[in-house]
Amino acid sequence: MPLSTQSQTGGDNYVLVASLDNVRNLSNILKAITFKDHAIFNATPNGLKVTVEDSKCLQANAFIQAEIFQEFTIREDSVGFQVNLTVLLDCLTIFGGSTVPGVATALRMCYNGYGYPLTLFLEEGGVVTVCKINTQEPEEPIDFEFCSTNVTNKVILQSESLKEAFSELDMTSEVLQITMSPSQPYFRLSTFGNSGNAHYDYPKDSDMMELFQCTKTQTNRYKMSLLKPSTKALALSCKVSVRTDCRGFLSLQYLVRNDDGQICFVEYYCCPDEEVEED
Amino acid sequence: MDCVVTGGNVKVLAKAIHSLSRIGDELYLEPQEDGLALRSVNSSRSAYACFLFSPLFFSRYTIPLGHAFRCKMAIKCVQAVFRSLSSLEKTVEKCHIELDGETSRLTFTLHCKHGLLKTHNLSFQDSESLQAVFDKESCANMLRAQPRLLVDTVLHFPPSLEEVSVSVSGERVWFRNHVDDEAEQSKAMLTELCLSSDEFDHFAVGAQTSITFCLKELRGLLVFAESTGLPVSMYFDEPGSPVVLSVTDSVLEVNFVLATLSDDSNLCNHNNNTKRARSPPPPDDFMTDDIDSYLIAMETSELAGPSDALAPRSPSSNHTLTTQPSAAMRSLERGEEEEEDTEDTERPPNKKFRSLFFGSVCPSDSQLTNQTIKSQEVLASDSEDDTQASLP
Repeated sequence: MPLSTQSQTGGDNYVLVASLDNVRNLSNILKAITFKDHAIFNATPNGLKVTVEDSKCLQANAFIQAEIFQEFTIREDSVGFQVNLTVLLDCLTIFGGSTVPGVATALRMCYNGYGYPLTLFLEEGGVVTVCKINTQEPEEPIDFEFCSTNVTNKVILQSESLKEAFSELDMTSEVLQITMSPSQPYFRLSTFGNSGNAHYDYPKDSDMMELFQCTKTQTNRYKMSLLKPSTKALALSCKVSVRTDCRGFLSLQYLVRNDDGQICFVEYYCCPDEEVEED
Repeated sequence: MDCVVTGGNVKVLAKAIHSLSRIGDELYLEPQEDGLALRSVNSSRSAYACFLFSPLFFSRYTIPLGHAFRCKMAIKCVQAVFRSLSSLEKTVEKCHIELDGETSRLTFTLHCKHGLLKTHNLSFQDSESLQAVFDKESCANMLRAQPRLLVDTVLHFPPSLEEVSVSVSGERVWFRNHVDDEAEQSKAMLTELCLSSDEFDHFAVGAQTSITFCLKELRGLLVFAESTGLPVSMYFDEPGSPVVLSVTDSVLEVNFVLATLSDDSNLCNHNNNTKRARSPPPPDDFMTDDIDSYLIAMETSELAGPSDALAPRSPSSNHTLTTQPSAAMRSLERGEEEEEDTEDTERPPNKKFRSLFFGSVCPSDSQLTNQTIKSQEVLASDSEDDTQASLP
């Protein structure tokens, strides 16, 4: 990646400028999808989408709408690049992670375009830090071809109860089995570990269940190791929607409220565990 | 088998299981007519615990008819059912325990708030009955105390401490850490607490004696007792005989049976110095240390006064050290309370402490020393049967 020889501090060359008064509105969301080093950034006039993938079976996306930013200027229809997410997060949290009320770190993120590094200006209490992170050519994110028309089952739950279940899941189980059905047990999470199996059942009339739309009984297994990172997003969220389509692909969508009460979304797509399909 | 536990009792059941996990790796479950027995034993068979929940503890208690059912399973698996103890009370409404003979699974179903149902199907193995033979009532000594008292006492010992020694006389109980003979004498930190008999709900000492047993297992019981607020009873005889720790109420009976070190292992490798039997012997002649000043300090101060160094949190209690808190001693005591406080392992202060300790042994007319001599001599006795000391 050639670093440009031109001056990079001038504002004219930027194709993307995004500013936040509170960098945590970005860093917190990104922490929820940091299970791999590299992330694909895609900016459009609507906002920023950050994608992380794992072994072609799992994809996590974080959406931060343009309205969240104090300034969001984009000169092209779509700006894409890839950066090391761990390094980016280290820079965003360079002033430390403490949340002292009234003190916030401000961010100004600038990108000149293909081949240029991502420049971050972070300011707290009059101290400014400038970070330049090398960018790479963005890979094309996998299209899981998950569309609403193929969705067979959908539930929306309040995160509180799901958080409890996920924190207790038997980690000796290789898979997490999700059963969704218009009849008993409605919505069930199952594990098969060393000590035996465990089931967590959510009835459709539970007050934790905000929406219950299940058309047919489906049972799918997903690798526990793939779904484990989603617990970070779950921890941040207040609501989660769980959808499966006719192929058994899983979509988890988390509604996250940031420090200022604004809404962002994180979604996870996961392929079902192939071995079970043969049964 | 079909049992249902409701409300606050679910947490009691969960705490019992966590308590049993401190003893052994396996949980033995046996539904009996007089209640559900949950037992565990450690690998060396030196510690056994039994929680017997009477049928009244349950809102439904049905046991298999005919042949007795006994099983055992890995205790970690059962603990996984009752994770996050703190939220159990708030979230779990009832717990249903069912036996499925056909699939050899024991099913724990937790009915939680918001309609959430947690079902755990655990596999088990058939097992023989696990029963320790003991008879509490025939023990010569019996103490009963509120759990808070014992919890506060063991708090002073480091978590790494393996064994604790409990010595009783007519009016007092001493708790001290047991130091291995192989341990570096100069590096050993000695901690001792003395409780007087009026701190206990019941104090019946038949014969003055000292027993040593595993502290970790005692702590396991105390965690349970403290959460239920029930008094802990301790039944014991001479060293070598097991100590039985008991917690009882109308629906529950808990017994922890712990082996104690026998007299031989208590006294082996010690020289025949009666004064040193109480703690590991110092290698040199400590009697030439500044004993006189300490003797004077002891004679002029009172025994039963709160030692501020040892019990900063409960100034009204009667916790004391056996030696009097002179100024030098006070700072030493405070130092000794801190774990791994290297200053106290330096030779001079250590010796000072021990000489203070044994300063109390010197014959004098004060009642304090009389009592300590009595127990000293009994402890030092080589013979199994304790005879009372004849005082000079």
